[in-house]
Amino acid sequence: MTIALIVLGVLAAWLIFTFNGLIALRNQVQNAFRQIDVQLKRRHDLIPNLVNSVKGEMKFEQDTLEKVIAARGAAVSASAGGKMSEISKKEGELSSALGRLFALSENYPNLKSSDAVRTLMEELSSTENKIAFSRQFYNDLVTGFNTKQQVFPTNMISAMLGFTAAELFELPENSAERENPKVDLSV
Amino acid sequence: MNIYEQQSDNKRMTWLIVSAFVFFFLLIGFGFDVFVLGTRMGPSAQADLEYAAYNGHSRPAPLNRTGFPIGTAVALIAGAVMVFNSSSNGPRMVLQSSGAFPADPNNPKHRQFLNVLEEMHIASGLPMPKAFVIPDPDPNAFATGFSPDNSYVAVTEGLLDSLNREELQGVVAHEMSHIRNLDIRLMTMVAALAGAILLISDFALRMGGMRRGSSRDGGGKGNALGLILWLVVLILAPLITNLMAMAISRRREYLADASAAELTRNPMGLASALEKIRSASSPTRSIRQGVAHMCIEDPRGAAAEDGSGFFADLFSTHPPVAKRIEALRAMAYIK
Repeated sequence: MTIALIVLGVLAAWLIFTFNGLIALRNQVQNAFRQIDVQLKRRHDLIPNLVNSVKGEMKFEQDTLEKVIAARGAAVSASAGGKMSEISKKEGELSSALGRLFALSENYPNLKSSDAVRTLMEELSSTENKIAFSRQFYNDLVTGFNTKQQVFPTNMISAMLGFTAAELFELPENSAERENPKVDLSV
Repeated sequence: MNIYEQQSDNKRMTWLIVSAFVFFFLLIGFGFDVFVLGTRMGPSAQADLEYAAYNGHSRPAPLNRTGFPIGTAVALIAGAVMVFNSSSNGPRMVLQSSGAFPADPNNPKHRQFLNVLEEMHIASGLPMPKAFVIPDPDPNAFATGFSPDNSYVAVTEGLLDSLNREELQGVVAHEMSHIRNLDIRLMTMVAALAGAILLISDFALRMGGMRRGSSRDGGGKGNALGLILWLVVLILAPLITNLMAMAISRRREYLADASAAELTRNPMGLASALEKIRSASSPTRSIRQGVAHMCIEDPRGAAAEDGSGFFADLFSTHPPVAKRIEALRAMAYIK
């Protein structure tokens, strides 16, 4: 009788500890995702300013500029939809469109001498970094959270307690960031 | 070692250091009681009788008649007060002494520093440290504070001018790692304790000298040996504690470099920053030597680098830059 009670008590304690631990991790994961979200929104806000201020100088790159605007529009509507895989796909496309714009802007020395453009470029490249770092932080947390659910013996109860594996924030299959960099050494 | 093991390792190290220092405080205070104040702990009637029988006159009354170890208590309390004071006011004093001012978001260079700091705050998941700029042309940087919730990162204007974005990111990540690994607490603590030891042993030495000159009571042969040992401790204590502080500091630097690479996933940024900082050989004048262990590189500049013998290594707060760069290059698989 006493032994049964002790076993039951230990089981209950384990259940409570595991549940609370998982809840804490899940909240951390959600918070980390909001951090990515903040940076993505900031990028959406900065892009129209940048396009407007470089438009005059880069009028021969109309195609690239339009692609950036279109990719931004797609990313904004994806974030309104709130579906993880869709968001990471559209944001990945926006990243590669922006990357092309940045690379092309190197050909316009006048842009670099403009203070306003330089400030915008710094803000945008910082935002790009922040997105990358918050994604890195988020993915580390998600990996920890998922591992915690999947190891024995937690795996026997995690589904019962209502936990599911969180989704990594990955780059889409065909994103530019996944491609090998091409180095052009011709002068 | 992952970050949690490093943090707990640092916490253990802090305790070890603190107990080593408490031992020194006790030794100095107890010696002061025995040799200078002549405090007699425990029953002394029997000792008085023996003294009278042996010397033919009654034993002179000690300076401290209460039997309570005043010296020991004062040493412990003074040490505790000094450590508490410098760990709560230390960070602000360090910033003030270097003339640092808060970074200005409207200045493009400062803006970049603020952005990079925010990037590292996101990558590490720590609270945002307060950003300060030191008006000095020599490139250097340090982190201070007592906990990640209340921490400061300061860089010199020379650093902001000479480094590019990636290199600045490496340096800021290094400072952020000092905050994350709880190095700032350990180092603030060690600096405070080393300062307290220096002051207390100096005081005891002066007082002991005066007192011993004026009276010569209570001396047996065992006592004389003890007195010599005590004087040796008084003279060596500041030196030993200083060496301890240096050894700890050097170990933390390698770890901070490694964690910086983990944060930025770009060890070469920090490596090339170190290269630039080293080639700017002039000392950082606005950073006092007392803060050296918190800096990215010894503020004495190249002078501290050149003597690379055993003793130079023993007394420097940082490992040789060449070795640090080598370690970082290994992380980037560049040999």
